[in-house]
Amino acid sequence: MATKHHVVTRVNGEEVEFLCEARHSLLEALRETLGLTGTKEGCLDGNCGACTVTLDGRLMDSCLVLAVEAHGREIQTIEGVASPQGLHPVQQAFLEEAALQCGICTPGFIVSAKALLEREPNPTEERIRWWLAGNLCRCTGYDKIVRAVVDAAARMAEVKG
Amino acid sequence: MANKVLVRQEFKVVGTRPIRHDGTDKVTGRALYGGDFSLPGMLYGKVLRSPHAHARILSIDTSAAEALPGVRGVVTAKDLPRPEEGIADVGEGAVNLRFLSDNILASNKALYKGHAVAAVAAVDAHTAEAALALIKVDYQVLPAVVNVREAMKEGAPILHESLRTDAQGQKGTTPTNIASRIQFAKGTLEQGFAQADVVVEREFETATVHQGYIEPHNATGLWSSDGQVTIWCSTQGAFTVRDLVSQILRYPVSKIKVVPMEIGGGFGGKTVVYLEPLAALLSRKTGKPVKLVMTRTEVFEGTGPTPAASMKVKMGATREGKLTAAEASFAFEAGAYPGSAVGAGCMCAFAPYDIEHGKIDGYDVVVNKPKAAAYRAPGATQTGFAVESVVDELAEKLGLDPIAFRMKNSAREGTRRIDGPIFGVIGALDCLEAARASDHWSSRLEGPNRGRGVASGFWFNIGLQSSCTISVNADGTVNLVEGSADIGGTRASIAMQAAEVLCLRAEEVKPTVADTDSIGYTQVTGGSRTTFATGWAAYEAAHDVLRQMKERVAKIWEANPADVTYEEGVFGVKGDPKMQMAFRELAGKLNHTGGPIVGRATVDPKGQGGAFATHIADVEVDPETGKVKVLRYTTVQDAGKAVHPSYVEGQMQGGAVQGIGWALNEEYFMTPGGTMANTSFLDYRMPTTLDLPMIETVIVEVANPGHPFGVRGVGEVPIVPPPAALANAIRRAVGVRMTRLPMSPGAILKEMGTV
Amino acid sequence: MAIVYIPALMRGLTGGAEKVTVPGSSLRQVIHNLEAVYPGMQARLLQGDDLSPALSVAVDGEVVRLGLLAPVGEQSEVHFLPAMSGG
Repeated sequence: MATKHHVVTRVNGEEVEFLCEARHSLLEALRETLGLTGTKEGCLDGNCGACTVTLDGRLMDSCLVLAVEAHGREIQTIEGVASPQGLHPVQQAFLEEAALQCGICTPGFIVSAKALLEREPNPTEERIRWWLAGNLCRCTGYDKIVRAVVDAAARMAEVKG
Repeated sequence: MANKVLVRQEFKVVGTRPIRHDGTDKVTGRALYGGDFSLPGMLYGKVLRSPHAHARILSIDTSAAEALPGVRGVVTAKDLPRPEEGIADVGEGAVNLRFLSDNILASNKALYKGHAVAAVAAVDAHTAEAALALIKVDYQVLPAVVNVREAMKEGAPILHESLRTDAQGQKGTTPTNIASRIQFAKGTLEQGFAQADVVVEREFETATVHQGYIEPHNATGLWSSDGQVTIWCSTQGAFTVRDLVSQILRYPVSKIKVVPMEIGGGFGGKTVVYLEPLAALLSRKTGKPVKLVMTRTEVFEGTGPTPAASMKVKMGATREGKLTAAEASFAFEAGAYPGSAVGAGCMCAFAPYDIEHGKIDGYDVVVNKPKAAAYRAPGATQTGFAVESVVDELAEKLGLDPIAFRMKNSAREGTRRIDGPIFGVIGALDCLEAARASDHWSSRLEGPNRGRGVASGFWFNIGLQSSCTISVNADGTVNLVEGSADIGGTRASIAMQAAEVLCLRAEEVKPTVADTDSIGYTQVTGGSRTTFATGWAAYEAAHDVLRQMKERVAKIWEANPADVTYEEGVFGVKGDPKMQMAFRELAGKLNHTGGPIVGRATVDPKGQGGAFATHIADVEVDPETGKVKVLRYTTVQDAGKAVHPSYVEGQMQGGAVQGIGWALNEEYFMTPGGTMANTSFLDYRMPTTLDLPMIETVIVEVANPGHPFGVRGVGEVPIVPPPAALANAIRRAVGVRMTRLPMSPGAILKEMGTV
Repeated sequence: MAIVYIPALMRGLTGGAEKVTVPGSSLRQVIHNLEAVYPGMQARLLQGDDLSPALSVAVDGEVVRLGLLAPVGEQSEVHFLPAMSGG
């Protein structure tokens, strides 16, 4: 008796197939099955945002999505943010603004911040704080994270400019 | 904002802001944390935890769990060595070892809800979890005590029949929950209070809170057939894990290797072990590597929170604003086993002030909650909240400016603390002056229900042992190996100190955090010690490299090593300006002129120098909901010398925000039976981006004479002032004096008489 | 002679004195000499042959790292404090 489901999906632009049980979360499939451990596990109940990915362009806590739901969808994880040409401006800004300490929440913040800036290239501080409220960071007090997002917006505007 | 600089030394690398060496891995998701680690054929472990806060374990039947397909092994306390066996010292040492061991797997009693009683290894985590439900534990439920005041009363349920109060070396005679009692006394208290024109006395309470690191505890263990044990985990101290696992399993340290993975926050909570011995035991039982990762609920229920406290503070001052006497009693919840940070809390309480007459009593009390662990400046935040609230009330009663009042009484070099020792060079007064001079303090705060508060704080910092080696590469860069877990940028702050000595750029020093087989003994990343002590080891190792490089130059030039100089990255010889060789050039010649050069150093320094901070908070209280909005927040702190100012600011901001969470929201909601009712981040609400303004920072640099670059630890003290700064701001905003943490909306409405 | 500050709850052994002076050029000697004058002190400070793990010792304001081997100067101040750990 087959106990696993066959899932065909796209992860960071590439077609991926995997088997999973019905009870497996997308987070579990990414980390355990596909070895994409950049997406972090912090709480497994959708409250910390460390496992943030995009599913068809929409931000999700991947611990709250079943792996089978990824079938036929498009997933973006932290591993797909940088390109062979280099880091994404959000990543560069996080480095230069010292917007990370332990770094466990960082992939989730970067995926969230990138999604924000793709929608709204020039957000206010208030808007950034609203958008990132689903991502918990216990180290930084958020100050440098908010600054990094402002800085990344400026970098991206320059590139476009 | 302009930082106050009192450091005289000139630096090239120290004080700059290079990109951290491990940064790229951490922004791309490539950095491997403990939870990201796996091995071929690995099993997954899960832990069965007590559903009762206090219960005798009558029997454990694991047979049904073991029979479940996919289950490979189950362990209980029976699989742990009996702590009494084979130990020469059957006194205190054996008792402490029993406590240590029982907290990993309960033997005869479960002492808190969430106490581990068994662990299962299976082919996957879901099977392991299913197996937990099949373990039958027969409990005899006992009455629980989950509050420090209740636990101290006559007739309270007793956690440990054998526990006797230790009063500074003298043992009590009857069973008790008061594990220890300490006292500090200086001068004559009655005389001090007799001199006072104003006396304020208040009682305070703080709730149990958690360190709240985002990464749950994890451990992967491999017990090889040759008896070698390897443990991969996220910890603040790989050597500490090695030592503790060795003690708990009574297994030689030489056969245990701990590989520190990246660590997702610790704040003191990852200085102890929970899963590591279980991973090793389960691996021994199954012959396979076994990985365990806690759920968030397990982290809340089974790992070290910080003690709740019940406190009384009384202080007196003259009409002119001179503090004359201070008296305090602090009772801390240790959790299920003795060992809260009440001692440090007592010693930090009045440290910001010069007070002639003082007495402090401390009580370490066991209750049916998880055993408390260190949390950033352990003990100082609780006692600081109480003392700084009373100091503020005194200033208010005397009609004095709160900063001016603190400055008038500030501790300074030569001040004798109530616990006895005399302060060396400290920045207490400098922080207050910088706070007074800050843009924030001179700004106007207007509008209804708004108020500004200020508070100071102190933390000792610690030194402890660190090791470092530096090897020279042929291209003129160096590789630096150290043993301090990097939780917040210390690879950079350590490498920068070596770079400073070697006249290299920060990027030319490549730091690696090594496992316990690959570097000399190094104690925890904690106590704000890493940049201070491991940085010092790097400084010494770099000097060792230079000494050997000078010898090599002398050999090549046939000169006297004592005449060789090194300036601006170039070796030379005294009296002969034509002789010059760059560091890089010499590095390229090493292999042909006598072989590679490796510098090494171990340090065990004292002189870490204490850290002071002063914070300013503006709040607005919503009189209808009781919610406190933080409008503006400034942290002022003495860093000695800020090696990497961005990460110093980061510590100040992050510490302040943890303190804000502790002050306003965070709390273990305990049912009377001892169950934590809010075991998720939804209900245990830590500050989010939306709850905060930008956190302004003013770095004060009063060079620490105990470190070659003047460095002081910076990590911990910023958590100390926020609760009192906010309580003092709330007092000015709406007129109520909050004496219990957290100052949640409900608590504020109650105090305001609205509900 | 070193000035030894007596922990508050041990002052019963020194007749209430907050500080006493005893000779000794190492912490071991100081404690030994303290015991000679104030019997019972050693049992409160040591565990076996070592300093009690509940204690740390500050000499001239700095917590010493050498245990009983710590040097004590002619004018040194010695304080027995609770052991501390950090976060």
